[in-house]
Amino acid sequence: MIPADLKYTKSHEWVRIDGNSATVGITDFAQSQLGDITFIDIPSINKPVKAGDSVAVVESVKAASDVYAPVNGTIAEANPELADCPEKVNSDPYGNGWLCKLSNVTMPASSNLMTPAEYEKFLENGAE
Amino acid sequence: MLKTPLAEEHEKLGARMVDFSGWYLPVQYTGIVNEHTAVRQACGAFDTCHMGRIMVTGSGSGDYLSAVVTVDAANMPVGRCRYGFLLNNDAGIIDDLIVYRLAHSEFMVVVNSATHDNDLVQLRQHIKPGVKIEDVSSSMAKIDIQGPLSPEITSKTLAFDLTDLRYFQTRIVSFRNSSIIVSRTGYTGETGFELYVPTGLIAEIWTTCLKHGATPSGLGARDTLRLEAGLPLYGHEFSTDVTPLEAGFMRYIDLQRSFIGSETLRMKAKSGPARKLTPFTIEGRQSARNGNAAIIGGEKAGFVTSGSFAPSLGYCIGFAYLDSDMSANSNTFEIDNGRKILNASVSKTPFYKK
Repeated sequence: MIPADLKYTKSHEWVRIDGNSATVGITDFAQSQLGDITFIDIPSINKPVKAGDSVAVVESVKAASDVYAPVNGTIAEANPELADCPEKVNSDPYGNGWLCKLSNVTMPASSNLMTPAEYEKFLENGAE
Repeated sequence: MLKTPLAEEHEKLGARMVDFSGWYLPVQYTGIVNEHTAVRQACGAFDTCHMGRIMVTGSGSGDYLSAVVTVDAANMPVGRCRYGFLLNNDAGIIDDLIVYRLAHSEFMVVVNSATHDNDLVQLRQHIKPGVKIEDVSSSMAKIDIQGPLSPEITSKTLAFDLTDLRYFQTRIVSFRNSSIIVSRTGYTGETGFELYVPTGLIAEIWTTCLKHGATPSGLGARDTLRLEAGLPLYGHEFSTDVTPLEAGFMRYIDLQRSFIGSETLRMKAKSGPARKLTPFTIEGRQSARNGNAAIIGGEKAGFVTSGSFAPSLGYCIGFAYLDSDMSANSNTFEIDNGRKILNASVSKTPFYKK
């Protein structure tokens, strides 16, 4: 069920890296934990971020959660469809529910990205 | 955690369970927005066993209750429910509650779960001879069936026509040689019923009402529904630090009567409340949350008690206590949600009207 062409973080983001661009979203596990998503705030277009910086805030009925950059880069684009349809993050978290694209992507010095198999194992072990 | 008699039923349905004030309860089954919408458009069922149910009976029980809570129980008709408060001597709210008059000398007081123990302490402290107080919370289960289709579904579930039970009326229905107390009351702003069922029968009643079309609904939807309806939640809008005067709930209180806290309340009513519970709306989908600071003219003017996206409205709503002087001339204020400043507009309850 977990897409094979993505990498994953312990804070339940996924990233698709294409050369020096990347697309970032949250995993199915994350969207299910959050519940019905009502708003996505991506405040800092064109801002450079380091892996671990907050790139977005996802609001659900119950709470607001940060989404963290899995890699270094510049926030190039926010998914325009989410303004009207934030529920896409719930219904299609790996596809149309992508959150933002990064440019000028570089890997951080110590990368904590997991392969699909490692992420699945991480979830099985209680996501800690 | 304490389990309700329906815990297994929720697990069977795949509900997401949480710890709610020490109770193991479902926050959602299919999704908060889904369940919220089902209640508004059709019918939802809620496990509310965690609430407290206290029987007050015996000769003089009416007079006793009239002196201890703000409800004039001694003078209410049999078969009726009344909303009111249990206050302390400073008129601080120990709990908000509903008194049911089941018979001349038989009352049921329905209270919140987190305050249940404190309520019993206060009630017992002021007991009068001849009056009996019995906590029936563990022998009597409770569910809420709410929504436009609830009269039909509740009637089918109990095999008894309840379509003419009027708002805030209560009656006892026979079911399998047991008695079920039903009231036309609820916490959603929709037509609805609360059912008090002997614990041994509740699983059957629950599954039957789902079979007749009620959508199982959890704490998440319960909160968005009550907020849209403009209903307060103890621990948020109410606490012992707050009086009904500040909360704007004086319409439920007769200040000519004497009850615990009435003297203080009469005194405070003379000068008016220092702060006021204020309903507000925020355009858009970014919500204020409990505890956020409210700001007027660059200064802290109060705090948010509840805030959420309102699924039936498409924008955000909430309540805040605002300093009466500072807010006297504004119908807007700012809220700091910890990440950014949101613009709030003073509003009126109910937020959602049918």
